[in-house]
Amino acid sequence: MIEWFTLVQVAVACLVGLLAVILGLAGRRPSDLTVGGMAVILLLLIAQVVMAIVAPFTGNEPAGSALEYWVYLVSAVLLPPAAVVWALIERSRWSTVIMGIAALSVAVMVWRMQVIWTTPAA
Amino acid sequence: MTGIGRVLVVVYAIMALAATGRSFVQIVEDFDAAPLAYTLSAASAVVYILATVALIQSASQAWYVVAWIAICFELAGVLVVGTLSLVMPELFAHDATVWSGYGYGYFWVPLVLPFVGIWWLVTHRDGAPEPVPEQIVEGSSW
Repeated sequence: MIEWFTLVQVAVACLVGLLAVILGLAGRRPSDLTVGGMAVILLLLIAQVVMAIVAPFTGNEPAGSALEYWVYLVSAVLLPPAAVVWALIERSRWSTVIMGIAALSVAVMVWRMQVIWTTPAA
Repeated sequence: MTGIGRVLVVVYAIMALAATGRSFVQIVEDFDAAPLAYTLSAASAVVYILATVALIQSASQAWYVVAWIAICFELAGVLVVGTLSLVMPELFAHDATVWSGYGYGYFWVPLVLPFVGIWWLVTHRDGAPEPVPEQIVEGSSW
């Protein structure tokens, strides 16, 4: 993984997550802003997938468990689309909160992935 | 499943995903190192999946009961495993489960979640009022 990209990804996911949770609790339905935020998170995750495939060939190999890393990455990629679909079956303020929770979960998972990538397995 | 119940399901689903991923990695990579902890991890994953499905289907009486059982098992699990991990840390010396330390690795979500789940089940005792009488027994309703 590339550290600055991880930091951007975590920052974006936190920002979108907090914004969606706050807007949702304030009674807002899903908007272009919140759904678009989820799309940006997904795009960054797909970029991370490409980087995770390419990085080992350029000498940037995971120090920890590659299997664990990929389980996190695949789960993280599935989260935004799943949350958006589940949220939009019923369009209410709670749909916005759901997207926020998914975004915050992605932030935690990406951070955990960075730790796995940089910390040698015990 | 409407409103805030939908949020509850999402949190359950994310915990199910986290617990399943964790136990999958633990069992595939090194099951023999800590069979007890890893079996508990797998059990917690199954319970979270069951609770997620049961909550989605909880308008039906049978699934409502399943949701109660799964959530109570989950509450017992986080309390027992959480206590054991503090009192007898050697049991979990090799690696943690989602319930270790009352779920501190997951911001204590595993500890809070069963209480929220029980609250939701209590306030939706009769199931959500069905807009149309249910005719199909098998199959998904969403």
